[in-house]
Amino acid sequence: MNHSQAADLFIADEPRTDWHDETLWFVRSKRDIETKQIPEWEELRELASSIKGNVLSNLDNYLIEFEKNAQNNGIQVHWAKDAEEHNQIVFNILESNGVKKMVKSKSMLTEDCHLNHYLIERGVDVIDTDLGERIVQLRDEPPSHIVLPAIHLKKEDVGETFHKHLGTPKGAKDPEFLAETARHHLREQFLSAGASLSGVNFAIAETGGIVICTNEGNSDLGISLTPIHIASMGMEKIIPKAEHLGVFLRVLARSATGQPITAYSSHYHAPAKGKQMHIVIVDMGRSEQLGRADFRKSLYCIRCGACMNTCPVYRRSGGHSYSYTVPGPIGAILSPGIDMKKHSSLPFASTLCGSCSDVCPVKIDIHAQLYKWRQEISKEGHLPATKKYSMKVMSYILERPKLYAFLGKMGRKALGIMPRFLVYSPANLWGKNREMPKPPKESFREWYTKNKKS
Amino acid sequence: MNVALFVPCYVDQFYPQVGIATFELLTKLGCKVSFPESQTCCGQPMANSGCEADAKVVMKNLVQTFKDYDYVVCPSGSCALHVREHYNKLEQTNDVIKVRNSIFELCEFLSDVLKVKNIDASFPFKVGFHQSCHGQRGMRLSQCSELNAPQYSKVLPLLDMVKGLELITLDRIDECCGFGGTFCVSEEAVSSKMGKDRVADHKKNGAEYIIGGDMSCLMHIEGILNRQKSNIKTLHIAEILNGVKS
Repeated sequence: MNHSQAADLFIADEPRTDWHDETLWFVRSKRDIETKQIPEWEELRELASSIKGNVLSNLDNYLIEFEKNAQNNGIQVHWAKDAEEHNQIVFNILESNGVKKMVKSKSMLTEDCHLNHYLIERGVDVIDTDLGERIVQLRDEPPSHIVLPAIHLKKEDVGETFHKHLGTPKGAKDPEFLAETARHHLREQFLSAGASLSGVNFAIAETGGIVICTNEGNSDLGISLTPIHIASMGMEKIIPKAEHLGVFLRVLARSATGQPITAYSSHYHAPAKGKQMHIVIVDMGRSEQLGRADFRKSLYCIRCGACMNTCPVYRRSGGHSYSYTVPGPIGAILSPGIDMKKHSSLPFASTLCGSCSDVCPVKIDIHAQLYKWRQEISKEGHLPATKKYSMKVMSYILERPKLYAFLGKMGRKALGIMPRFLVYSPANLWGKNREMPKPPKESFREWYTKNKKS
Repeated sequence: MNVALFVPCYVDQFYPQVGIATFELLTKLGCKVSFPESQTCCGQPMANSGCEADAKVVMKNLVQTFKDYDYVVCPSGSCALHVREHYNKLEQTNDVIKVRNSIFELCEFLSDVLKVKNIDASFPFKVGFHQSCHGQRGMRLSQCSELNAPQYSKVLPLLDMVKGLELITLDRIDECCGFGGTFCVSEEAVSSKMGKDRVADHKKNGAEYIIGGDMSCLMHIEGILNRQKSNIKTLHIAEILNGVKS
C-alpha cells in the first residue's frame, strides 16, 4: 500500500483524523511557546546544526575516539553493519549470559532492526517499558511516532488493549487508572529481567559516555535493576565534546514536546560495579547516506519528532500511513536511501510547504531533500506510469506556446459544455471533494491581444 | 520601468481577471507593462512531480521569453520561487542568472522595488489572508510561525492601505491549504482534508472573503467552498489592491 492509499483509510474516520491533527498541533504549539521563551533559539539551532556538520565531516575519527574512551571506561563496544549483525550481537550477549527476559526503553533503531521479533523467535522475552511503546507492543503494532509512539490511540483504545492483555475491567478508560495498571505490570517485568536495552541520544567522543533523554524514568530503572545494559546507537549519534551537550539538551525537548528539558538526562559512562555495559554502534545504510551529497544532512537528525508534529500531512494521515519505521518528513528523506522502491511514495506525501525545515532544531533542509528524492525516484523509474507520461505530455505542450494557447482554449470550451456527470466522473480526483474552476470566456492572453497589444 | 508580466499558465486559462488586475495595478503604479506571449509555464508542476528533466525545455522557454526585461513580475509566490530557486538546475548562463534575479512576486515587487506607500482601493469586508507556503517560507514574504525571529510582512502593510478592509486572525496563521501541485490529486484525501480544515479556520473566525497571493491555493480553497455551497468567496490580492468591484 502506498502512502496515499493508507492515508485514505485513516481519513475515512474524519472525527478521529481531526482529533489526531489537533493533538499533534497542540504539541507543535507547546513547542512554539517554549522556543519563544529563549531569545537565542535561532542561534542554538545554528550551533546545533554546525556541530552536527562537524561530526559528519569527521565521523571516522570521532567514532574511533569514542570507542577508545568507552573501552577505557570498561564499556564493551560492538560494531554492526546492518540490522542482522546488530540483532545477532544483542542475542549473543543475552545468550552467553543466560538471559531469558530483557526490558527495553525507547529506541527507534531497534524498531528499525525488528529486534523484538528476532529475540522473541529465539526464546528471549522482550518487554518494552516506555508506556506508549508497551501499549503498541501489546497491540502488535509499530509505533506511529518516534517520540509519542501511541499517539494514534485514544484512552478508550488503551483501555481495550489493557482489558485484553492486562485484565483491567472492560470499559475502563481513566488515564490515571490505566497508567497505574501499567506501572504495576511493568514493575514485575523490571524485577524479573536479566538485562536492559536502551537507545542513545548522544554519545560523547571525548568522554566515551552516552546520554539518554527520557521522561518516564523507565530506562534508568531497567539499567539500575539489571546486571547487563546494552545501548544501541546509530553511528551518527556522536557529539565531539561534553560541552556540546548543553546545546542539544536545550533544543531536543523543546522541539519534541515543548518541555525545557526532558525529566531525565541520564549519563552512563561506565558499568556499575560487577555489571556489564555494552554499546552497539550501528551503520545500517548511514555510511551510504553520508556519501550522498544531497542527502547527507538527513543524518543531522536528533529524533525530536518536531517535523512530524508540524507536518500537515502527517497530522492528517497518521504514522502508520508511512511505510518506514520513522514516519513523517524525516522518515520520507531517510527511507528512499534504504529501499527506494518500497518507500517511493513517501517523498510525494508532502505539499513541500517547508514547515519541517523551519521547525527542525538542527536545520535539516527536509523539504529541499524531499524535492531531490522525487527527482531520484523518477530517474530510477519508480514513478506511477500515469504521472510519468502525463508530465511528459505537459512538458511537450508547455514548450510550445501556440499549442498551449490552442489546447487551453479547446479545454476550456470542452469543460464549459460537458455535462456534470462527465466532468465529475470517478477519474476526476480533483472533483471528488472540490468543484472545478468555472472556465472563463477568454484567457488572459486573449484579453491582452484584444485590449492591450500595441 | 520596463516590466514583463508573467501570468502563470493556470491563471492565464482559468483566472484571467487576476492577470488583468495585476496588469492594471502595475500600470497605475507607473510601470510600463508588457506581456510577452511566448510565455507558458515555469515548469513547476512537472519538476515537483519528479520530472525536472522533462521540465527543462519549459524552463528554458521561460528564460528565453523574459531575458530582456528589467523586471519580471508574477502574481504567484510559488511560480516565482520555482524560477528563483530551482532554475539552478539549468546551465547558469547570463540569461538564466538575469531572469532568476529579476523575477519578483507581486507583493514583494510592490513592497521592495516600487516601495508603494499608498493604494487607492477600498474593500469593506472581513477578510482572511491565506499565506501560500511558497510565498512565505520559500520567498520569505513574511515571518513564519516556526521561527523565533522578528515579525515582518511584505503583504500585510499593503492590505492595511486598503480602506475598510478588516483582517481577521486565524487560529493557525500559516498552515498549508493542501494544494501542493500534483499532490492535490495523487494525495487526494489528505489534500481535500487540509483544504476543508483551512476553510473551517477562516469560517470560524468570520471571514467573508479568503484572499491570497497564490491562485493555486485559492483555486483549491474555492473548489472546497463551492462544493460546500459556502457564501465565502475567494479573491487574489491583486484584485483587492487594484480595487475590485465586489
